[in-house]
Amino acid sequence: MINRVQGSGFRVQGLRFLWLLALMTVTAAIAGSGQCLAQDLAVRGETVYTMAGEPIRNGVVLIRGGKIEQVGPEKQVKIPAGYKTLTARVVTPGLIDAHTTTGLSGYLNQPGEQEQVEKSAPIQPELRALDAYNARERLVDWVRGYGVTTMNTGHGPGTLVSGQTMLVKTKGATVESAVLVPSAMVAVTLGGAGFADAGKAPGTRAKQIAMLRAEFIKAQETLRKQETATTEDKKPTRDLRVEMFVRLLKRELPLLVTAHRSYDILSALRLAKEFNLRLILDGAAESYLVMDEIKAAGVPVILHPTMYRSTGEAENLSMETAAKLIHAGIPVALQSGYEAYVPKTRMVLFEAGAAAANGLTLAEALGTITMQAAKILGISDRVGSLEIGKDGDVVLFDGDPFEYTSHVKGVVIEGVLVSEETH
Amino acid sequence: MRYRLLLVAVCLLFGWTAQAQEKPQAYVGAEILPITGPPIPNGTLIVHRGKIVAVGPAKSVTVPADAERVDVTGKVLMPGLVDSHSHIGGTAGGDGSAPLQPDARVLDSLNVRDAGVQKARAGGITTVNVMPGSGLLSSGQTLYLKLRSGGTIDELLLRDEQGTILGGLKMANGTNSIRTAPMPGTRGKSAALFRELFVKAQDYREKIRRAEGKPDQLPPRDLALETLVEVLNGKRVVHFHTHRHDDILTVLRLQKEFGFRVVLHHVSDGALVAKEIAAAGVPVSLIVIDTPGGKLEAVNSSIGTGLALEQAGVLVGFHTDDSITDSRLFLRAAALAVRGGMSREKALFGLTMANAKILELDKRVGSLEVGKDADFIVLSGDPLSIYSKVLQTFVEGVKVFDRSNPKDYLLAVGGYGASHDQVMHLDCYDDGGDQ
Repeated sequence: MINRVQGSGFRVQGLRFLWLLALMTVTAAIAGSGQCLAQDLAVRGETVYTMAGEPIRNGVVLIRGGKIEQVGPEKQVKIPAGYKTLTARVVTPGLIDAHTTTGLSGYLNQPGEQEQVEKSAPIQPELRALDAYNARERLVDWVRGYGVTTMNTGHGPGTLVSGQTMLVKTKGATVESAVLVPSAMVAVTLGGAGFADAGKAPGTRAKQIAMLRAEFIKAQETLRKQETATTEDKKPTRDLRVEMFVRLLKRELPLLVTAHRSYDILSALRLAKEFNLRLILDGAAESYLVMDEIKAAGVPVILHPTMYRSTGEAENLSMETAAKLIHAGIPVALQSGYEAYVPKTRMVLFEAGAAAANGLTLAEALGTITMQAAKILGISDRVGSLEIGKDGDVVLFDGDPFEYTSHVKGVVIEGVLVSEETH
Repeated sequence: MRYRLLLVAVCLLFGWTAQAQEKPQAYVGAEILPITGPPIPNGTLIVHRGKIVAVGPAKSVTVPADAERVDVTGKVLMPGLVDSHSHIGGTAGGDGSAPLQPDARVLDSLNVRDAGVQKARAGGITTVNVMPGSGLLSSGQTLYLKLRSGGTIDELLLRDEQGTILGGLKMANGTNSIRTAPMPGTRGKSAALFRELFVKAQDYREKIRRAEGKPDQLPPRDLALETLVEVLNGKRVVHFHTHRHDDILTVLRLQKEFGFRVVLHHVSDGALVAKEIAAAGVPVSLIVIDTPGGKLEAVNSSIGTGLALEQAGVLVGFHTDDSITDSRLFLRAAALAVRGGMSREKALFGLTMANAKILELDKRVGSLEVGKDADFIVLSGDPLSIYSKVLQTFVEGVKVFDRSNPKDYLLAVGGYGASHDQVMHLDCYDDGGDQ
């Protein structure tokens, strides 16, 4: 659903080479990761959740050159000589956190590592996640230890338009080596969490939507001028802010709207309809009240963490919302989100587990942090399931992945065993 | 509406809260986890007039002829959970006018109709220590509650044999209570202010002793110092918020100097000073969260702390610190501690009996033993499994939460209106009025 890297100075193809180069030169930089070079791997599991069909009993996943080479029952898939073999009770695809600020916000919660919101102006879509992501942040390491291999991270809720998000792998010592999609979404916050300080705009919901509509109307005019300009010099001058709204109008990337109240969700749908935007709802505590409208609009939901605090505008959240939405046919991914105090990040593994305990099957719940998340983020050709040709991103568990008393025993990203510690 | 009013009237007639049944009740068929003994695969629990009168294997417990039998086959039955540190009921963190406010009481500030109180029942919590915050060195007196059904604070209080309302005193060191004036700005100053307070209290106590009961010789009443005298006399436990290893040791140093009884709360660096804590014989009320602690002094918060403390021989109870963690997810603390290596036995102990000891209520609650209060929960399965649900919660034999009741279900999982204050929670009303 998300267009890859258009005119933003990045080429995904080249990144793999850069990644290998970085690995060869800074192997020591990836602390505690054991081995760093991709090698041919065979991951055996008593149960392998491929997320593309039924789970495989006594399955094996072969990874060669960082990509999945073969998946199937052990009887059918021979492990070639020279492959390093890893074994676990349960094997899943690498987990995907569909919305976080990890890497912009940090483990210690100190000033200087809290880059997720810029309060100087209410509308700043030009702020790129790329320019604020600390690939060496301990919090990235932490979530990776619990199986997260892909994240949609960037500017978080807190201002009307806080900036961009990007898609990264939880690997590498530089943002360049981690990034999958450098400009993934533009983050908008509706309702109280998106109000400016007292006396400044926006201070009300109506003003929020009026300000957004004004931006899109300005972008429409810019787009018209660009298209009708007969010569280069008649084209409007570049404006980073307007450019992002133009890209949204051109449906190059979606608007990620954080809204908890049902009427804020409806405002987001109204805005998306007026300007023909690609919309993803985020948070969406009261989404169960407006499922018909969300479904009719064909909009996916990146739902609040199942165990999110039921306070403020999220006071009416339910632990059963993921189940309600999914059973209504609405695509759902789960997120860790962002909270100002404790915790510094949530673990999507546990949030999906709580969803599994509240109305979802294990496979449905696992889908919210693997394949469904990959589809909503528009990267299901790369990640989200264990299928031939996809990235060799795998998590190894010693039991039911959702039981608190189970452990993550290993994490593989693109054929590299990036975490061997027990979590 | 008229029907409902009639029901309320009926409730009033038979007493405001539902009363424990006159007939004994026998819960049969469940796996019983008594906590102070091994699990009983097919157990029988008999309760009467709010107390446990028998508990044991079905074979060895005779169900009285007049008992009401409740079949709980396939379920797990364990003591009501005891939370040694919570902030339910909408109580304030503390009054920011001064760093030491031991005269302020949670008693005077708790809303028992707050949705959080019923959510705690939904989480299986039956006894709770409600604390003021950690933003001051001492933000006041804590309150021990039984989560009985009731619309007033008085109905939930725990009292000793003399009728004294039970609770502790909150204290806090480290960064939360370090602020701009009039608050202390450093750790050294924080400790000095504590010592000054204790010295004043010693002096006050001495004046009272010398007065030998003669009213004209007693010092003028001082609510703050009176509270501290209770602490010095061992009648009130200090619940000390403390994270960093050096702050923990400061608490132990103060404790040694002034001889008060203390519980260490949160204890993020517990693994670093486990030996010292064990040597001091001081119990720990531990927070277990699944992610980093969110501030510098809590950076070592880990699911492995329970194991380190267990290995050192420290008495470890868990707490929710609600709303830091949700009371409905309290069982999770123990499960995560087991993930971190703690034994299953000590983890379940930490949800119940350890906290009963920490709150000095272990003669009344914390385990399923004859003579104790009939506080218990019925679970759909293993308490440490994410898939298990608290189905029912009983306090002193009275059901205070029932997942099959739509109103309680709303509180248990959330939904529209689930976080609004409760207008009234009457089982009598709920059971009859809406079904």
